[in-house]
Amino acid sequence: MEQLINTLFNGISLSSIILLTSIGLAITFGLMKVINMAHGEFLMIGAYMTFVMQQIFVKFFPESVRDIYYFAAIPFAFLVTFLLGSLLERFVISRLYGREIDSLLATYGISLILQQAARSIFGTQGVNVNAPSFLNGGITIGGCTFSYNRLFIIFMVALCLFLVWLIMYKSNFGKQMRAVMQNRTMAQCMGINSRRVDNITFSIGSGLAGIAGCSVALLGSIDSTVGQSYIVNSFMAVVLGGVGKLLGTVIGSTIIGSASIFTEHYTSSTIAKAIVLLIVIVFLQKRPQGLFVIKSRSLDE
Amino acid sequence: MRKLELTKAAALAAAAAMMMSLSGCGGGSSDGGSASSEVTTAAASAGDDTVKVGLLHSLTGSMAISEKAVSDAEKLAISEINAAGGVLGKQIVFVEEDGASEPSTFATKAEKLIDGEKVTTIFGCWTSSSRKAVKPIVEDYGSLLWYPVQYEGMEASPNIVYTGAAPNQQIVPAIEYLIDKGYKKFFLLGSDYVFPRTANMIINAQVKAAGLEVVGEEYADMDQTDFAAIISKIEAAQPDVIINTLNGTGNVSFFKQMSEKNYTSKEYMTMSFSIAEEEVATIGANILQGHMVSWNYYQTTPGSVNEAFVSAYKAAYGENRVTSDPAEAAYDAVYLWKAACEKAGAFDTASVVAAIEAGGISFDAPEGTVTIQGDNHHLVKPVRIGEVGADGLINEVYATDPVAPDPYLATYDWAVAAGIQPLE
Repeated sequence: MEQLINTLFNGISLSSIILLTSIGLAITFGLMKVINMAHGEFLMIGAYMTFVMQQIFVKFFPESVRDIYYFAAIPFAFLVTFLLGSLLERFVISRLYGREIDSLLATYGISLILQQAARSIFGTQGVNVNAPSFLNGGITIGGCTFSYNRLFIIFMVALCLFLVWLIMYKSNFGKQMRAVMQNRTMAQCMGINSRRVDNITFSIGSGLAGIAGCSVALLGSIDSTVGQSYIVNSFMAVVLGGVGKLLGTVIGSTIIGSASIFTEHYTSSTIAKAIVLLIVIVFLQKRPQGLFVIKSRSLDE
Repeated sequence: MRKLELTKAAALAAAAAMMMSLSGCGGGSSDGGSASSEVTTAAASAGDDTVKVGLLHSLTGSMAISEKAVSDAEKLAISEINAAGGVLGKQIVFVEEDGASEPSTFATKAEKLIDGEKVTTIFGCWTSSSRKAVKPIVEDYGSLLWYPVQYEGMEASPNIVYTGAAPNQQIVPAIEYLIDKGYKKFFLLGSDYVFPRTANMIINAQVKAAGLEVVGEEYADMDQTDFAAIISKIEAAQPDVIINTLNGTGNVSFFKQMSEKNYTSKEYMTMSFSIAEEEVATIGANILQGHMVSWNYYQTTPGSVNEAFVSAYKAAYGENRVTSDPAEAAYDAVYLWKAACEKAGAFDTASVVAAIEAGGISFDAPEGTVTIQGDNHHLVKPVRIGEVGADGLINEVYATDPVAPDPYLATYDWAVAAGIQPLE
């Protein structure tokens, strides 16, 4: 029983990180039909920004306030990745609309450039972020220990999810975004500046990956390839959940995260990866469009 | 059906990304191939008053920082020797090539050093996969490689000198020490590649021969970041001690995630074979404090030779740098090569190897006097078990007299009975 609760908790914790990376992927994919291979690198940048903020606090602030660096790091990481995402969309992605394979190659190239840039700036060895002292350790209930780190990450992801939901379904901008997603031409005819919508959406997606980077920084060391280890799962979550629907992404991430942890618990980590991939392949044979589909009247769907 | 195609494309992208991450840890395990025992002269000296050697380490890629320390130690030894008059009256000049953390690159660069640059010998490699890639090259060209890192054993090439520990100088005595201390249930955790798998094969045989129990054996991918599932398996198995052969960033994630569950060395003791001073600095001394490691040398090893080495290293590369076992073994390698050349009275590989195999080449190293054993090209060296202290340095808790190298574990009955074979 304890084992089960533990495994369940670990599954939720992994799912929540995957979710944060997949949301960005899913909305850019759904909105712009662009597969962003550099998305994982935004996670990596977010993680490095956490490290940068920690170094700034260690250098310039007294010991007593040092712990709050993490709360400064979250908006900082979001801002940096948001701006980088905006630049990337403006100068690269927006020029490659409708050319899926080209944009795939271009973003893959950018991912390599960003990785090498990280190696040049921060060195090749992983750097380490110390969790704020109030996140050290965990709470033990019965025989299960729930670490504060992971509880905090789950809470943070829930908060982000709520904000994204607000933006997507309750704001005027969200309405425009969904309109463009459903039928770009029609939305443009109605006077929506679809270029602007694309840019902001892409930036928000990148910013969320940056926040995911902050949470990943709490769990392990940060190096230039840290994005790669999460991006595969996120791609699978998006494919599984179907594009463009928040609920689909949530469920897709939960399935991938829990399935990874559960199969790893009963097999080994390498076999677990293979099994999860197999589950996704079999599932897509039955339902190639993923779990959820946006109903659309546009002719090319 | 545009959406359908896009989904396919996304699946393709996922597959591509997975390939990328997998290719990162694929070690090129090239077969040893034709071991040419006939050693020929590979190189002539570069000029009248200089002798050229090659340095071959990863200056880029994931192994760069570990190998940089090793390459720095070799350069330090070279400059010290040059300042003291060189080898056989010749100043050493070195050519450095970048193996780029990629075994196939190591092989090409080794060939370039030997055939293009005509170096007399090569100091290089770190990972077992890079050594296995360079081995056929030095054997075919009849050149000589000095390999400075502890490894899994099961090898003794006539064209390589191994200055790090053989398994009976690191792994086996560490397990013996734990058995003596009363640890009974062992959990084996490692990265998924040749060194941890071979090491665990040895440990399994040794623990079973002692009538004790291995309660779990797990391998993590090289780039694994989430150890939650492995940690819950450890909790279920309730081991007395975890034998850790994780390499690289996996160590940081594993120890961080242990400590977030409030586990310290009191709850789960670990014995690590790939954590030296450099790694302690990255992971954090507060997390690793009290955990055990096994090496032949620590920065804290007493003796005036080591004091001089540590201060020279810090003077050359910065006060915040630390010395470690592989760096020390690399430093020794250059001096041992010098001793071998001087005994041979020549630089060509045939004469140097003959001098080595005649036995008795030794050096007063920072770890104590080390001697090359002629029949298997490994060093006779002491074993030291250490405990990580609060200051991030490693304190010796147990040491042996110098141990003769036994790369194939032929003198251990349990190892012979278990029939341990090299993994290729």
